[in-house]
Amino acid sequence: MKRLNGRKPGELRPVVVKAGVIEQADGSALVSMGKTTAVAAVYGPAILHPRRLQLSDRTFLKTVYAMAPFSTTERVRPGRSRRGTEICMVTRHALEPALFLEENPKAGIGVYIDILQADSGTRTAGINAASVALADAGISMRDLVTSVAVGKVDGEYFLDLEGEEEDVTKCDLPIAYMPRGKKITLLQMDGDMPAKDIKELLNLAVKGCEILYEKQKQALKERWLVK
Amino acid sequence: MSELLKKDRELVIPGDEIIRSMDFLPGKNCFREGNSIYTKKIGLVSVNRRVISVIPLSGVYIPKAGDMVLGEVIDIQNNGWVIDIKSVSEAFLPLSGVREFIDTSKTDLSKVYGMGDVVYAKISGTGATSVYLTMQDSRSRKLRSGRVVKMSPAKVPRLIGKEGSMINLIKNKTNCMISIGQNGLVWFEGEKESKVIDAIGLIEREAVVDGLTDKVSKLLEG
Amino acid sequence: MVGKVGDGVILQKQYLLNLASKGERIDKRKPDEYRKIVVEKDVLGKAEGSARVKIGETEVIVGVKIDIGEPYPDKPDDGVMIVGAEFSPVASPRFEAGPPDENAIELARVVDRGIRESGVIDTKKLCIKKGERVWLVNVDIHILNHSGNLMDAAALAAVTALWNSKMPELKGDKLNYEKKTKKLPVKFKPITITFARIGESLFTDPNLDEENVMDMRLSVAFKDDDNVCALQKGGIGTLSLEEIEKMIETAIKKSKEMRKLIA
Repeated sequence: MKRLNGRKPGELRPVVVKAGVIEQADGSALVSMGKTTAVAAVYGPAILHPRRLQLSDRTFLKTVYAMAPFSTTERVRPGRSRRGTEICMVTRHALEPALFLEENPKAGIGVYIDILQADSGTRTAGINAASVALADAGISMRDLVTSVAVGKVDGEYFLDLEGEEEDVTKCDLPIAYMPRGKKITLLQMDGDMPAKDIKELLNLAVKGCEILYEKQKQALKERWLVK
Repeated sequence: MSELLKKDRELVIPGDEIIRSMDFLPGKNCFREGNSIYTKKIGLVSVNRRVISVIPLSGVYIPKAGDMVLGEVIDIQNNGWVIDIKSVSEAFLPLSGVREFIDTSKTDLSKVYGMGDVVYAKISGTGATSVYLTMQDSRSRKLRSGRVVKMSPAKVPRLIGKEGSMINLIKNKTNCMISIGQNGLVWFEGEKESKVIDAIGLIEREAVVDGLTDKVSKLLEG
Repeated sequence: MVGKVGDGVILQKQYLLNLASKGERIDKRKPDEYRKIVVEKDVLGKAEGSARVKIGETEVIVGVKIDIGEPYPDKPDDGVMIVGAEFSPVASPRFEAGPPDENAIELARVVDRGIRESGVIDTKKLCIKKGERVWLVNVDIHILNHSGNLMDAAALAAVTALWNSKMPELKGDKLNYEKKTKKLPVKFKPITITFARIGESLFTDPNLDEENVMDMRLSVAFKDDDNVCALQKGGIGTLSLEEIEKMIETAIKKSKEMRKLIA
């Protein structure tokens, strides 16, 4: 199968990363991967209320992922969904290894991700945006976190699935990755794949993450560099 | 052998490797992993002898003993006041931190500092999750009039300038009294208050630009 | 369990880490050894299919209820399967009554993916009238006792229950639950194998003590042909590519043994 928009199998969609897009937030970012657009805002670290959520040995990290009602062809009903709850959880687990949460016990950091437009890979775009927003907010991090999904269509490994590719792929495998430490922080997959393909797919996903890492760094530099 | 991978004053992103050497120590906002020192925060590299640190460009205020901060009374307890200093935790002003002697059996603490009162106070000490304030400093006082604006705490040093050069320039040109909280809250009162806001806005936007003093000076003249 | 909640967690962690550094476990198991697994089928009278799985002290019961409903608009001639999970407060001092929390939702969704992606149910055979009426298969996971590794126990119980489900008789518009004769059309037996990492060691089938101190969990589901049909990382730890490869390799072997338990 030819890829949509004439992409090569190992090519990302056109990626746009912008840091500092929400004035009110302590840090923020917008990430577009093709037609998928995610905006992330970070608030904190700040005093955490209610008090019962406070952790005595580290900062409480809250992640909220939400799809805007107009983000898909069929209107998304606002409010909690099982899918959304799971994505909030895996997003938190994907970001947490990069943070020094022990620095500010009892405080809270809020990471809010809005999907404005969805065309596959919303959790990965959300994680990419959240990571840039955390760095933009001046939060202590040991690494940035980058994220992309891979799949296999007609015998070929595809990087960064979009649109109908997601319907025909033999599997959908999103990862999040810390490029400096070379560690995977999110790993999910559903589909039907021999074990040896999983290895190839992971290698391809890591390659994609390394490209995204450069885009993230570039966006942060553009925001903060002396002009 | 040491290898400085980033120059002094160079912009770094969290996780960037600054130096590969065991001869240097990680200072503020830096950490060591293996033989290398990395930055935790987005900021500018600062090499001071054998200490590598990073001056942050953003981020919330982290309390430090000796800092002057502005805060608002949000709770009154029987042994002092809880103050919101727009930071990672609340601050506490104990009775012992107030200049006058207060007999709690006779005095209603809210008569000294009431809810919503704004104070300019010194941080006397910090614990793991606690911050203590004191008014026992000549600069400390309750602020009864004037205005307060909020700026990025990371840019407060630029508002002060070298040995107070920037803030003195603004004070002189605007004929305003100004009290700067290291927590990013700035109080001022006087003749050309709107000019103070303009100047703070300019510094906030262009904190990393060279020749900032000239720019601010020009703005205040105009 | 009394006395374990919040008590000695730090000491316990150090103890388990010390053991793990030698490749040893608190209950003397080998790194890839499961606790004793007991699978029982047809344990509920009212459900169309059911199974109870015990892995060590962990106990999970799954009931399958079959009904008729509308198909999803994008799959008009496919039957519908829904997996739900409830962490009853009966099963652990940590569970609270109320709507499912994120852990229960994750469990349900991971079991769901394992079943859906491997094609356990032949959903094409569950179409009654295209675009209008299809069979609706509800798979409900109920945790009876949480002593670690709910993922594998729930997945095993769900597949066993589906393999033993019988469909109620359809007469016109009505379902006759008194007469269940036809078997639910099933094809595969996916198996989920879960690892926990403690220190540098990777252990299959973590018990509750191990789950309390692990920093990372990985669940891998395999189809009958050894293809991977689901992966899910849990916890705030990180993973290297080598670790993933190693776990998948071990898990393939384990899944073959476990598949024999589904009858």
